[in-house]
Amino acid sequence: MPTDAPPAHESLKGWPPPALDPAGPFAAPLNSLTWGLLAMTAAVLAIVVIALTLALFAPRAWRKRLGGERLVWIAGIAFPVVVLSALLIWGLSLTHHLSEPPRPGEMRIRVTGEMWWWRVGYLDASGAEAFQDANEIHIPAGRPVALELESTDVIHSLWIPRLNGKLDMIPGRRNILRIQADKPGEYGAQCAEFCGGPHALMALVVVAHAPADYEIWKARQAAPAVAAPAYDTGKAVFDRAGCGACHAIRGTDANGLAGPDLTHVGSRRTLGAGVLPNNQGTLAGWIGDSQAIKPGNRMPAYPVLTGKELRDASAYLESLK
Amino acid sequence: MSGPPTPSETGFDTALYERFPTKGRRPKGELDQLEAIWCAPRRWEWITVINNNYVGVYYVGAAMLFFVLAGVLALLMRTQLALPMQGVLAQETYNQIFTMHGTVMMFLFAVPAVEALGVLLLPQMLGARDLPFPRLSAYAFWAYLIGGLAFFCSLFFGLAPNGGWFMYPPLTSTTYSPGINADFWLLGIGFIEISAIAGAIEIIVGVLKTRAPGMTLDKLPVFAWAMLVFAGMIIIAFPSVILATTLLELERALGWPFFDAARGGDPMLWQHLFWFFGHPEVYIIFLPAAGAMSTIVPAVARTPLVGHWLVVLAFLATGFISFGVWAHHMFTTGLPGVSVGMFSAASMAVSLPAGVQVFAWIATVASGRMKFNAPGLFVLGSLLIFVMGGLTGVMAAMVPFDWQAHDTYFIVAHLHYVLIGGMVFPLFAAIYYWTPMVSARPLSERLGRWTFWLMFAGMHLAFLPMHLTGLMGMPRRVYTYAAGRDWEWPNLISSIGAFVFAAGVLIWLIDMIRNFRPFGSSEAGNVYDGGGLEWLPAGLYSTRSIPVVTSLYPLWDQKNLARDVTAGRYFLPGAPTGGRETLVTSPVNAEPQHLLRMPVPSGWHVWAAVFTAGFFLLLTVQAYAASVLSGALAILCVLRWCWFLDHPLPQQTVDVGAGIKLPTYASGPSSTGWWAMVVTLVVGGMVLAMSVFSYVFLWSRNPDAWRPPPGAWSLAFASGSVILAAVLAWLARRQVARPWLCTAMTLAAAGLLAMAFWVDLSSWRGTGLEPQTNAQGAIVYAILAWQGFFVAVAAIMALYVLLRRLYGYIGPNRPATIELTGLFLAYTAGQALVGLGVTRLFPGGLS
Repeated sequence: MPTDAPPAHESLKGWPPPALDPAGPFAAPLNSLTWGLLAMTAAVLAIVVIALTLALFAPRAWRKRLGGERLVWIAGIAFPVVVLSALLIWGLSLTHHLSEPPRPGEMRIRVTGEMWWWRVGYLDASGAEAFQDANEIHIPAGRPVALELESTDVIHSLWIPRLNGKLDMIPGRRNILRIQADKPGEYGAQCAEFCGGPHALMALVVVAHAPADYEIWKARQAAPAVAAPAYDTGKAVFDRAGCGACHAIRGTDANGLAGPDLTHVGSRRTLGAGVLPNNQGTLAGWIGDSQAIKPGNRMPAYPVLTGKELRDASAYLESLK
Repeated sequence: MSGPPTPSETGFDTALYERFPTKGRRPKGELDQLEAIWCAPRRWEWITVINNNYVGVYYVGAAMLFFVLAGVLALLMRTQLALPMQGVLAQETYNQIFTMHGTVMMFLFAVPAVEALGVLLLPQMLGARDLPFPRLSAYAFWAYLIGGLAFFCSLFFGLAPNGGWFMYPPLTSTTYSPGINADFWLLGIGFIEISAIAGAIEIIVGVLKTRAPGMTLDKLPVFAWAMLVFAGMIIIAFPSVILATTLLELERALGWPFFDAARGGDPMLWQHLFWFFGHPEVYIIFLPAAGAMSTIVPAVARTPLVGHWLVVLAFLATGFISFGVWAHHMFTTGLPGVSVGMFSAASMAVSLPAGVQVFAWIATVASGRMKFNAPGLFVLGSLLIFVMGGLTGVMAAMVPFDWQAHDTYFIVAHLHYVLIGGMVFPLFAAIYYWTPMVSARPLSERLGRWTFWLMFAGMHLAFLPMHLTGLMGMPRRVYTYAAGRDWEWPNLISSIGAFVFAAGVLIWLIDMIRNFRPFGSSEAGNVYDGGGLEWLPAGLYSTRSIPVVTSLYPLWDQKNLARDVTAGRYFLPGAPTGGRETLVTSPVNAEPQHLLRMPVPSGWHVWAAVFTAGFFLLLTVQAYAASVLSGALAILCVLRWCWFLDHPLPQQTVDVGAGIKLPTYASGPSSTGWWAMVVTLVVGGMVLAMSVFSYVFLWSRNPDAWRPPPGAWSLAFASGSVILAAVLAWLARRQVARPWLCTAMTLAAAGLLAMAFWVDLSSWRGTGLEPQTNAQGAIVYAILAWQGFFVAVAAIMALYVLLRRLYGYIGPNRPATIELTGLFLAYTAGQALVGLGVTRLFPGGLS
């Protein structure tokens, strides 16, 4: 693969370290805990290094005082018992809200791990799926959202370090992960559990909108696709190539369920689960030979399509905002 | 002797110890006879050697070979990850390589390496001529080497497993891993399990039963304590992975849905079974290395270990607590809060015994005067690295932090700090420290320093940045990463560090080639001035005579010990029975009980190992007929090797020195065979216990899908038969005076077990429940299959007894065969009862 591949999406950057850069109330206590633990680690390491240095190089009298069972009792037993007990209480106090089922009225989004992308279903108040999207989770800022994590193939793990810790998606089970972003913005996420083949290339972006913007976004996403007549040739390529067998575009005949829903694919930030920025060029490249971009993914390459067909089809998809 | 006399454990009069060292010269020719008896086979027959001086060195060598091979895989990975979006390794190749790196390091390097250290060192440390079952350890070694190399070669054909070293289903099910790659892992691990358990039996019996007289448990060297706890942990932990791999292979090959959620299974069952083994595994690796540390630190600081008893208690506590921490690998799976809290607490508690050991070492260093020689440097490096890994371990034990760190490079850093600090550095210290014991030349101090500093610097350069890489969001097991995620620099530094580390290992290899000269007529000897018996001058027969031990550091405290031992002034200065032999002593006070006649080199265990490896490998490539044939040949070879056991000698008692007479034949709890059988049955019982856990776990996931069991008559009939079988097997050993009667009783017991099994199996089939139907079918038939395996072994043993009876080898003067067969049959009966009870009475009762 070329090393000059386009850079990753802004929200997926590693600096400042997202695990130490909380953006909501679920991640914030984890961040304080991390710093507390790092301080503890540094202090204990310093004690060990000092004790070892004294044991090696201190004058004989000092070493004699260190060289007895008393050191083991004090530094090896009493001290750790105190430190560890304190830490344990702190840690457990942060785990109490574990595996709480969704509360009535709580906003729910079902995220299903797929090999190797994310199916995102927005649930209405009754728990039924209102519409589906892929590889992006849109939430209103300042409000907790319960993510129902599921999988139908292998185990995946959703990790949005700035919003919360990770939680696994396990076939036959449903885990609840709560996230909240205090401010509108984009937050990177990644699959953390090895799920085979291109596991490395399975990212996701969480987009937090101002509440009013979120409603607008939601209304637009819930609506079926509308394409201008100018894109009819592209749509024809899409239909002829059989894309609808795997992809759904609501409002058209395409109703496949195996791959991501493409009803509003043009509005997404990335392609291939965070692999490429989304524009007409990358769309065309992806359709033509996604295997070169993300080897092992489930979408076959389409070498039969001509350059013009690729341009038309990608223009059509790009127009689906 | 100091202190008040302790009551005798066996009736042996410990006042007899006062007769040693004996006076006067030993008869001429005694030493020559000893040398002739223990001399190694020549030319190509070297392959048949069983003496631990050879097998131990081969064993360590093979483990280090796999260390280097898996290390090369690590370098390939670090090359791929040095820069973003590189194409050095294709995705599939990378996934196979990271899986093999973990698997080979854990199963083919770490566990065998520490086991090998035990095989090499324990007889010498304990004052035994050899381990109690030298052929078993030779068999374990060959099975491991042949199987391990074949397993590794799967990489060259692109057939290596690719699901990560913990092989989580459903990714490793046939749906998502249709190739035989995953089977290579599941079956490839099979012979590692066998050789690990064989080694553990050897070590437990060796430490408990073949110590030098007077080496009571309070004088047991700290390394032997560590090995004892290590072996006990293998016995408890490995059955879980044996069961897990068997179940997954049954699911893959036959479609039994243990882990398939669509048919009532649960992928979480694998995680529980795997980590119930997998976490203790870490301490299994660490404990022997810690034992080596606690031996080397006093030697290089030239002072006894401070807090010896605290350290021994720390081993025991580690072993105990480590079985309560497995779920800390599963904090992100959505476990309920209560169990998360419990496992978090246990995971933090397990750091206490580690802290005890660290400060015991520091206190020892303070009370002595540390020498900065090669072993000394590795010991200090180990201490620092291990503490750092331990501290990040405490961090990861904090559940909310683990939600962030889990499955990221932070954990990769943590586990490498723990394993390299807790195992690799101590192993290198051990190699530098004990090489003079087996080699004519010690390793070079100068090259040793280079090796240490390169490994130490490379280690931190490679793994320290990974803590940050993880917090920067990089998950583990990624074959590449996109540019522009800020992960470039830490990854590049890690890659450079890996190569610096490798340079250290390379210098060590050069040192080995230049200076390691084992199997010669002389050894460099006690260059580090250690205090243990392993530093007594020795030949292939171990020490000339077996001393009476009165101190924890006999060479430091017992005056003239080396001189008297070499002059043959202690136990067993010659070979009174004219063959290989060692003293068997009692487990607590090490009072002499009898003389154990030991086997001589032969090819049977080598063939048995070849066919055992062949069985698993042929099974993997689905050559079923050839595999069964290979398995049958392996069994024949083992039986052939057993055939020469259990033969009483003409002399019923012999003089083992200073006029002390000991019997040359033993059975029952004083014999090594009895102990080995009991330990083996504990393994069987643990597999059964984990099966029961799996049954309850699967039922709790899907109670509504459970069908009623077959009718009560079959339960009554089968239970009645197995109880009768147990009674017959138990009574048979009382009837050894009547050889035909006890043979007939043994055969009848085996027949009853087979009948009960048949009734149980056919009544389940009568209900229409098939193993493929649902999770209940799968687990019921799995428990049946385990019982069927034992019934088959019981049948083979009963036929073996019959054959020996036909040869006249069953009789009142040799009760051991009948007794051990009886133990096995009685256990099999008990296992049948548990299986019947669980599958039919729980839950729902008779319906």
